Amino acid sequence: MNNLREVLQHGRLVVVCGSGGVGKTTMSASLGAFAAHAYQRRVLVLTVDPARRLADALGLESFGNAVVEVDQRLLMHNDMVPAGSMYAAMIDTKASWDELITRCAPNAEVCEKVLTNKLYKNLTERFVNSHDYIAMERLYEAQQSSKYDLVIVDTPPSRNALDVLDAPKRMKEFFASRLLRLLTSQAQSRLFSLAAKPFFIVADRILGARFLSDITEFFTLFRTMEEGFVARANEVEAVLKHQDTSFIVVTTLEPAPLRESDFLIDELRNRSFHLGSVIANRVTPAGLLRDVEDSLGSLQQAIQDPLFVQAVVGATESLEPSAEQVARVVNAVAQGSELAVKQGKVDLDRLHRLGQHCNEAGAQLYVCAVAETELKSASDLVAIGDSVEPA
Amino acid sequence: MLFVTGKGGVGKTTFASALAQLSAASGKRTLVVEMDDKGALAHALHTEGVQFAEREIAPNLFAMAMNTEDSLREYIRLFVKNPLVSTFGPLAKILDFVANAAPGVKEILAVGKLCWEVRERNYDIVIVDAEATGHIVAQVDAPAILSNLVQVGVIRDQTRWMQDILHDQSATGVVVVTTPEEIPVLETIQLLDTLQSKTKVSVSAVVANRVHPDVVAGGDLAVFAGLVSSVESGMMASEPASVLRGPLRLLSIATQRRKREVGLLEQLATNAKQRGVLFMSILEIDEQEAGITSVMSSVLKDELS
Ligand SMILES: Nc1ncnc2c1ncn2[C@@H]1O[C@H](COP(=O)(O)OP(=O)(O)O)[C@@H](O)[C@H]1O
Ligand SMILES: [Mg+2]
Repeated sequence: MNNLREVLQHGRLVVVCGSGGVGKTTMSASLGAFAAHAYQRRVLVLTVDPARRLADALGLESFGNAVVEVDQRLLMHNDMVPAGSMYAAMIDTKASWDELITRCAPNAEVCEKVLTNKLYKNLTERFVNSHDYIAMERLYEAQQSSKYDLVIVDTPPSRNALDVLDAPKRMKEFFASRLLRLLTSQAQSRLFSLAAKPFFIVADRILGARFLSDITEFFTLFRTMEEGFVARANEVEAVLKHQDTSFIVVTTLEPAPLRESDFLIDELRNRSFHLGSVIANRVTPAGLLRDVEDSLGSLQQAIQDPLFVQAVVGATESLEPSAEQVARVVNAVAQGSELAVKQGKVDLDRLHRLGQHCNEAGAQLYVCAVAETELKSASDLVAIGDSVEPA
Repeated sequence: MLFVTGKGGVGKTTFASALAQLSAASGKRTLVVEMDDKGALAHALHTEGVQFAEREIAPNLFAMAMNTEDSLREYIRLFVKNPLVSTFGPLAKILDFVANAAPGVKEILAVGKLCWEVRERNYDIVIVDAEATGHIVAQVDAPAILSNLVQVGVIRDQTRWMQDILHDQSATGVVVVTTPEEIPVLETIQLLDTLQSKTKVSVSAVVANRVHPDVVAGGDLAVFAGLVSSVESGMMASEPASVLRGPLRLLSIATQRRKREVGLLEQLATNAKQRGVLFMSILEIDEQEAGITSVMSSVLKDELS
C-alpha cells in the first residue's frame, strides 16, 4: 500500500515521521480528519506537542493524556458532518509511564514503591529513551483497541528520528543485560563477582554508598516487571512491521528537513518498515508560481508607468493612499514576487530530486500546498487532508 | 560560559558557532563545545574530527565534543586518584548503565568538565552548543539536582564549586534561541520561566533566528490589504488587476506568515523582559549552506557593535 488514500481507507496504523517544525502534527490531524470524512473511519490521532492553534481548531481545551472525541459539528466539510469520527490524545510521558507501571507491576506494593521512588521521575524523563518507548507503547495500546479503525501517530522529535522505532528493542536489551543482573544480584554474591568489585569500590567513593543502594533498589524493583515489558516490546515490534502499518515521512523543501527525510527514507527501507508516502509540505503551488512568473515582466514594466499607479490608486479609493505610497507597495510586490519566483525554482528542483529518491525507495511523493489562510477550524483540517495530492 | 539552547532545528549549533567565530576573531581565547555528539558543530564550523580533546581549528578558536566516558576518565584521574583506572573499560560501561537511571550523573560529568575549564581559566570564554530546551535544565542544574540526591561522596563535594560557577551571573548564562514559530516560542517562554523560578542560572540573551523580512511594512500594510481586496472583489480595472492578481496572492502568503511572526515576536519580547530579543534574519538561499555560520557571524558583529 503506497497510495496515501488507500492507506487512509484500509490501513490500521500510520506512523508519521519527519524532522521538527515541518508540520507533522497538523498533517497527522488533517489526514485523520480527512479519513473520518472520506472513508467513514473511526480515527485516533496521537500526538506529542500540539500547537495551541491546533487544539483550538479541534475545540479541545487542551490535549491531555486521555483520549477525547472531536465534536462532529466542528468537522463539517462541504456541509456534511463526517460519517466516521475523530479522536485525539496527547502523549504525556509521565502519565503514560504511571499507567504502564501500574499495569506491569506484579502487585500493588511494588507498584507503590516504584511510583514513589526518588529515581523514578528521572526514569520517565530519559531512561532508555523513555519518550520514545512510551510513544510506541501508546501506539500499540490504541491499535489493539476495537474503538478505532485507524490510528495515526505523530512521532516525538528525537535526536535521531528513528530512535523511536528502536525503543522496544532497547528496552529488551536493557532487561537482558548482564549489567542489570549484576547490579540487582544480592549484595553477598556481588562480593564474589570479581568483575564488579572495582566498580563498587570506585562507585561508592564517587557516588556515595547510599546513592548506589538507592539505584540498586530501584533496578531490583524494576526487574520484577521484566516479563510484561519484554512481551509488550515484542508485540510493538510486530505491529510496526505488520502489513497494515504504513510510514509517512513529512518534510518541507528547506535543506535541513530534506537532509533528514532523505536519511529517513533510506533508513526505513533498510529496516524493512513499509514506507508508503512522503509528503512535501508547505509547497508554493506550481500553478501560482507560473502565473506570477508570467506576469512578472509586465508588472515590472507597469510600475514605471504613472498611469498604472494612478489606476491602482483609483481602485483603493476608500483608503485614500498617496500615489507615492501605492508606488512603494507595488514596487515591494514586484520585488517580493521576483524573489519568490527564484525561490520557487530552487524548491521545484528540490522537489524533483526528492521525487527521484522516493521512486528509488518505492514510495510515492505527495505535496501539500502552503496554507493561504490561517488554520481556524477542524473543517480546515479536512480540507488540508483532502488537498494532499501526488507530486 | 554561555549555554546556547533552543528547540531542535532552530539554529542553536549555527548560532553557537557564529558566536564562537566572532569571539575568537575579536581576540578572545574561545572554546566551543558540542554536547550531543552528532557532528553538527564540525559541519557548521567547516571543519572535521571535533573530539573530546580540544583542537585549535582557527586562531583562538578551540573546539571539542563532549563525551561522558572521556570526561569520567579525566575526572577519576583528577579527583579520585584511584589505581584501578586500568579496569576503566568495564567501569565506564557500568557507570554509563547506572547513569541511565541516576539523575544528574551523566550531566554532571559533562557540565563538570565545562566548569573545570572555567575554573582553571583555560579560556576567556566557553560557548556550549547545549542540550535542547527539554533537557537544558537537567544539564545546567545537574550539580544542584545531584547534591539533593547524594548525601556523601566525591561527587557531592564537587557539586559545590560547580554551582558557584553556574550560579554566578557574571560567569555563566543561558542563551535561548528560537524561531518565530508557535511551538518554539512557547517552549522558549516556558524555559525562561522555569530557569527563573526553579534554578539559579541566569539567562543572558534571547535570540529570534530565521526572522523573515517585511514584505510591506507599517502603514503600507493597509494599502497592500486594500489592493488585495480590490483585485479580489473585481473593483480594480482589469488591466492593472491582471498583472497584480498572481503576485498579490503569492505575497499574501508571506504577509500572513509575517503577521503571525510579529505577533509571536511581541509575545517573546514581553517574556524576555528587559533582556530584549536579538533578531537574526533568515539568511538568503544563495548563500552556501556551509557558509551560513560566517554570514551569521558578520551579521552578529554588526548587530552587537
Ligand atoms: N538565520 C538562518 N537563516 C537560514 N538558515 C539558517 C539560519 N540559522 C540556521 N539555519 C539553518 O537551519 C538548519 C538547522 O540549524 P542548526 O544550527 O543545525 O540547528 P540546531 O542546532 O538548533 O538543531 C541548518 O541547515 C542551518 O544552516
Ligand atoms: Mg545542533
